[in-house]
Amino acid sequence: MKTSTLRQTALAAVLGLSALVPAAHAATFDQVKAAGSRVDFSYRQMGVAMDGKFNKFDARLNFDPAKPEAGQATVDIDVASVDAGSDEATAEVTGKTWFDAAKHPKASFKSTSVKALGGNRYEALGTLTIKGRSQNVTAPFTFDPASGAFDGSFVIKRGDFAIGEGEWADFGIVANEIQVKFHLQAAHK
Amino acid sequence: MNTLAPNGFAPARYTRTAISLHWLIALGIIGIFSLGLYMTSLSLSPTKLKLYSWHKWAGITVFVLALARLAWRLGHRPPELPAGMPALMRLAANGAHVVLYILMFAVPLSGWLMSSAKGFQTVWFGVLPLPDLVSKNAELGDLLATTHAWLNWLLAATVIGHACAALKHHFIDRDDVLTRMLPGAKA
Repeated sequence: MKTSTLRQTALAAVLGLSALVPAAHAATFDQVKAAGSRVDFSYRQMGVAMDGKFNKFDARLNFDPAKPEAGQATVDIDVASVDAGSDEATAEVTGKTWFDAAKHPKASFKSTSVKALGGNRYEALGTLTIKGRSQNVTAPFTFDPASGAFDGSFVIKRGDFAIGEGEWADFGIVANEIQVKFHLQAAHK
Repeated sequence: MNTLAPNGFAPARYTRTAISLHWLIALGIIGIFSLGLYMTSLSLSPTKLKLYSWHKWAGITVFVLALARLAWRLGHRPPELPAGMPALMRLAANGAHVVLYILMFAVPLSGWLMSSAKGFQTVWFGVLPLPDLVSKNAELGDLLATTHAWLNWLLAATVIGHACAALKHHFIDRDDVLTRMLPGAKA
């Protein structure tokens, strides 16, 4: 072969091969867009599924899909911004026997480690603190690098945080399991 | 078997099924109505949530019984009104019965729709979820709540009139209009 054709072939081969290597852009996602993000939860009362959410929260994260283990996230939730699905429920849950928003205005999640599970699935371990009580939480999530969306959910037991005390501690009325779902919209630099 | 009147057309008494359904539903309506009045006076508590659920479970149960009642009625001719009854009285009686049938469906239906509009799906006995026929909407919820209340007061008035008329037939007219809807005597 002539030298120029050999060079062209080699160049094409290198470019072709590099397309097989997963795009490892050093793209660190660390700008959370509050508008496109959500922290929702669902619970059951008397067998009826109810949906709620937190309207105000501050999520800070640092995530590079090429180095997931270095990822970190902290989410601070404004407890008083809760919407428990109905006006009556919302007024009730900010009270002393529930979230006690007056004494504990913030609930927070701080990640301690992130693990890649394969594909676009990951798992964040962290500490969830609500009403002055902390619990370890495992939050599986997916991350879509194209849209910068983090989506995940985990189940907590409200009893672990004394959310719903006294007469409300009866799990036959309001179930113990609360499913928390998050969608965090992030951008990279 | 139901003994027929001499002409062989209409029976002399209501069937045992009709009688059972009538009184089951009557007791159900009285209980559910009373529960409804009481529970709405409560402030939020676990008891209130329990009572609301029981009210809805019982309401759906009566709705199902009413369906059975209507199906039975369409397939089984009831006794005739007394021979000498004036035309206006007949109109009142038949009209009231039609209104009662309509309300037996309209009342629980309005409650079911109201619950959905307020964001609470109805889960029968806590196990069978009933579909939300309308979406969560605060204004619609309030409208349906008012509708449910008005239909209930109309039902209460009609039931009271119905009961008073039956007592009038029994004690004043001295006919068998009441007794033929009472359990016991063989047809």
